[in-house]
Amino acid sequence: MAQGIKIMNSKEKQERLSQEKRLKKAWLLPKGWRYWSEVNNSEVGLWYTVTSLCFFFFAGILALLMRIQLAFPENNFLSADSYNQIFTMHGTVMMFLFAIPIFEAFSILLLPQMLGARDLPFPRLSAYGFWCFLIGGIFVCGSLFFGAAPKGGWFMYPPLTTSYQPGVGADIWLLGLTFIEVASIAAAVELIVGILKCRPPGMRINLIPIYAWYILIVAIMILFAFPPLIAGDVLLEMERAFNWPFFDTTRGGDPLLWQHLFWIFGHPEVYIIFLPSVALLATIIPTFSRLPLIGYSWVVLSAVGVGFLSFGLWVHHMFTTGLPGITLAIFSVASQAVAIPTGVQLFCFIATLVAGKFIHSVPMLFSLGGIITFVVGGLTGVMVAVVPFNFQAHDSFFIVGHLHYVLIGGSLFPILAGIYYYAPIVMGKKLSDIKGKWCFWIIFIGFNITFFPMHISGLLGMPRRVFTYPKEMGVSHLNLISTIGAFILASGFLILIWDLISSKLKKQHSERNPWKAGTLEWTMEIPDRMWGVRSIPKIKSRYPLWDQERFVEDVDQGKFYLPDAAEEMRETLITSPIDAVPQQCLRVPGPTFITHWAAFFTGGFFIFATYHWWTLAITSGVFALFSILYWLWTGSAWIPEKKVKDVGLNQTLPIYVSGPQAVGWWAMCITMLADFTAFISLIFGYFFYWTVREDFSDMTGSGPGIFWPVLSAILFILAYLGTRLSKNLNRKNHRKSFYSTLVISTLFSIFGITAIFMGPIIFNMDPTTHVYPAIVWVLVGWTGLHGFVGIIMQFYCLARRWAGKMTAEYDADITNVTLYFVFLALTSIVTSAVIAGFPELI
Amino acid sequence: MEPYSILNPAADASVTIYGVFKILLIVAIIIWFIFLALLLYATFFNPHHHDWIKSRRYIIGGGVIGPIILITLLVFYSLRPLPSLLKVPPKSRQIIVSGLQWWWRITYLHGQQKIETANEIWLPVDRPVEFILESEDVIHSFWVPALAGKIDMIPGRSNSLVFTPMKIGEYPGVCSEFCGASHSLMRFKVKVVSQSDFDQWLKKESRPIDSSLRPLNHVGGKLFVSHGCISCHTVRGVGTMGTVGPDLTHVGSRSEIASGALKNNLAALHRWIINPEKVKPESKMPSFNMIPKKDLEALTLWLKELK
Repeated sequence: MAQGIKIMNSKEKQERLSQEKRLKKAWLLPKGWRYWSEVNNSEVGLWYTVTSLCFFFFAGILALLMRIQLAFPENNFLSADSYNQIFTMHGTVMMFLFAIPIFEAFSILLLPQMLGARDLPFPRLSAYGFWCFLIGGIFVCGSLFFGAAPKGGWFMYPPLTTSYQPGVGADIWLLGLTFIEVASIAAAVELIVGILKCRPPGMRINLIPIYAWYILIVAIMILFAFPPLIAGDVLLEMERAFNWPFFDTTRGGDPLLWQHLFWIFGHPEVYIIFLPSVALLATIIPTFSRLPLIGYSWVVLSAVGVGFLSFGLWVHHMFTTGLPGITLAIFSVASQAVAIPTGVQLFCFIATLVAGKFIHSVPMLFSLGGIITFVVGGLTGVMVAVVPFNFQAHDSFFIVGHLHYVLIGGSLFPILAGIYYYAPIVMGKKLSDIKGKWCFWIIFIGFNITFFPMHISGLLGMPRRVFTYPKEMGVSHLNLISTIGAFILASGFLILIWDLISSKLKKQHSERNPWKAGTLEWTMEIPDRMWGVRSIPKIKSRYPLWDQERFVEDVDQGKFYLPDAAEEMRETLITSPIDAVPQQCLRVPGPTFITHWAAFFTGGFFIFATYHWWTLAITSGVFALFSILYWLWTGSAWIPEKKVKDVGLNQTLPIYVSGPQAVGWWAMCITMLADFTAFISLIFGYFFYWTVREDFSDMTGSGPGIFWPVLSAILFILAYLGTRLSKNLNRKNHRKSFYSTLVISTLFSIFGITAIFMGPIIFNMDPTTHVYPAIVWVLVGWTGLHGFVGIIMQFYCLARRWAGKMTAEYDADITNVTLYFVFLALTSIVTSAVIAGFPELI
Repeated sequence: MEPYSILNPAADASVTIYGVFKILLIVAIIIWFIFLALLLYATFFNPHHHDWIKSRRYIIGGGVIGPIILITLLVFYSLRPLPSLLKVPPKSRQIIVSGLQWWWRITYLHGQQKIETANEIWLPVDRPVEFILESEDVIHSFWVPALAGKIDMIPGRSNSLVFTPMKIGEYPGVCSEFCGASHSLMRFKVKVVSQSDFDQWLKKESRPIDSSLRPLNHVGGKLFVSHGCISCHTVRGVGTMGTVGPDLTHVGSRSEIASGALKNNLAALHRWIINPEKVKPESKMPSFNMIPKKDLEALTLWLKELK
């Protein structure tokens, strides 16, 4: 009997070893220079993190240069011009190249582990996003070394940035950052679909790790916050490049539209930066209280509340622009109200700490330091939300102090806590406790010495964004103190770098789950294995390592889902968004260089456009398009060799799904929501002009008429109906009628595009004369461009079917394209209604 | 002394705001210390397990009820003074201030008369004033910390800022919206004086220069015309008038030049005329380093005479 068990054990062991061999082969890292073709989340996430930390240090050095210049009154260390470039780049790099990317990087790196997934659903999309980010970031930062950097502030207010800064700097900002924002949105799509569809079986919506909840909220915020800025970028760049007068008051424009679009992005942006860090706190604090987070649902709901409210606060950045009292009052109340959900989250942490058993550790040191620092920033935030005080404090150094307390306390300290906390997973080594403490105290003290005096300088009347100040202002000593503090702060970061490098060089690996945490990611073996989890577990608790018996052993022994890679392909489990019921065994694509080409050519398009080298830009754009098509053609919607697959625990799942169960469908839907938000932002611009500017309505009669816009909407609706019909015909395997319907609806799309352009062409609308024709042209162009993309998609489906890569059964391509056409039809209906209806009819 | 400070308010608006600020500050400090105490209690003074049901009280009390009460009180308290800050009192004196890169065009509306000056504003004490704020190029912001909050100057719009100065004195102002290379060097002065001093000053400002200083009678005036200064600057009584640069009719009486970048003395005037770029980067004032030294001296002496 005993021998029998032994034999079985060794047989089992044999089996397990061969499973591991197959898993290893599937998830193998490419060797040599091909290493860079890897798309797996743990590599891309790591590159992403390291790159954004590099940008952080770069922007930090810029801050030191500014502090040297401001150390003494009337100092000559930097010229006005270089100071203005440097402060613009400091803000821009910290916001766009560090604060947002670092959270995306952390999430790409850690989310699969937290969700017990092998990878996120679109590894190549993450890789594409990363390479775009790297190229765009280097391009934007590099401009500084040629003295050609943007110098209009990170807020880029026109008309300073349209008519008064002729150089290439503003274009670098607009196009370089639009390029990076596209990458951010790509990451947001990846994270949303990942959290909704890649959770382990049993992880119902109430068991989602708190970190994932926050990331879900933040990623959704990105979808709605970034597009208004992209719309603004489009308008501003159109004015710079083609003289379309969106912000020129002499031709009907209005510079305030930019401020609205910028801050509709800019304020949620603060919370996009802040919430992921709160997520880290909410993950770290329970671990060191040895207690599940108290008030889980309170925290989630208040995070949702903050997310919602953050879209209704933007005007508090514009209190001094001369708005009516009632507007000021409404936005002031909303801005103060956001303190309530924020407070709920902090008090949930306090409650957890009170109830639990507090364990001293470096991550906790950073967390607590972050919280009390953030509370200072939060309280000064409520102060500046009070309109009368805002009139004084706005654009003074008081704000500089306030925002750094918010961002460093609310974001950077938790990020450092996260680095110390997650180092064992990411590097396989624990960071030093002693160096960690030194690092914390030096940064904490240096930070307060730097930024606390800034509140006082502000109250003494020092405005922001000044390259120098007179001695009579009486802020010389305060500025000198700030400068000294900045260098102390910087030296703390040197300790961090030292700690990271020396720990990386240490031979000894950390033990497994060194903090004795309860969350799923600590199931990870250290050093980690390329495949992530050995088997994808069934989850019954928010803290499975604390609550589920024999959890780690069962995972390790492959007792859960997908313990094997029988076909030696990369696979992960797709589940339903609410109840996490297994739906599909998703095969994710492996290493490739096509994403690099796609990123490279997309970058080329934006970079050449910056210099107005249109031929090169368009060529590069065409190459980007073809790279992306090739990538989709070879890397998506593979027809599997069998319909279903045994995923373990006596369950078989389909390998290929289409429609609302499929991750591709979700990605299309989410991307189009972001796209549609950008479109709605342009519509907002249209109505802004219509309500604010009297001369806008005076343009009645010069518009595109009613006939052509309406005709175009009808044609696009027909194109949508045709595409939908062809999808159904394909599903019924009516091959010929599928082809003919799809070709006919392609023709509808082409006529739709022609019709939408006919209006402004026939009426001879010149976009350089007035904002009215300009905004009509923008809407028409937007619709036309989307129609063009739609045509490419229709051809793609025709080709897929023809090549046998799409069949009646495996029809994800046409299903997703049909979804695209829903949004296209909506876009054209709204465009037509707006340009034909206002002010023509009303 | 910190002349730019909002902590030494000298007008009704700034006094009101200072009062609000003091209360906000005290409340904020109290809340912060309570929070710190809670956090320290929860961590260092309380290392053992507690009943977690009881701990939920922290969330409901500290996270929900407390902030809702406080924020409600705060909203009422903070919005109360807003109408008085925005309302224009009857019989306010109207002054148009227009922002340009990087100086201030100031126009007094005096009956039917428009009196233009630059970078220095005189106000009678205890009389309400309404500034009509405009911009001729980019966005600027008008801020005299000791007297009132700031309001932006936006092209295509005209904003209004009202206050009543309460103390005689000199109050410097700054541009507080980033407006390009020399944003930091866009300053001005507000001089609050007695009603009679003000009347006298305004009367003087409304007049052209003395006939003894005109080009026919004074070499400096002649040079001002022959070197082309008049194509940008107005000196009333000299001839055709440029409006690109500040009105210099009474420049000699101002305490500063180049919008607060330099004190108004002969050496500074020399510097400014010869190498404005050095004083104020990217300023529109061209360099006149080719002027013979003799001419330069005559010109600056004449400018100092324009009182």
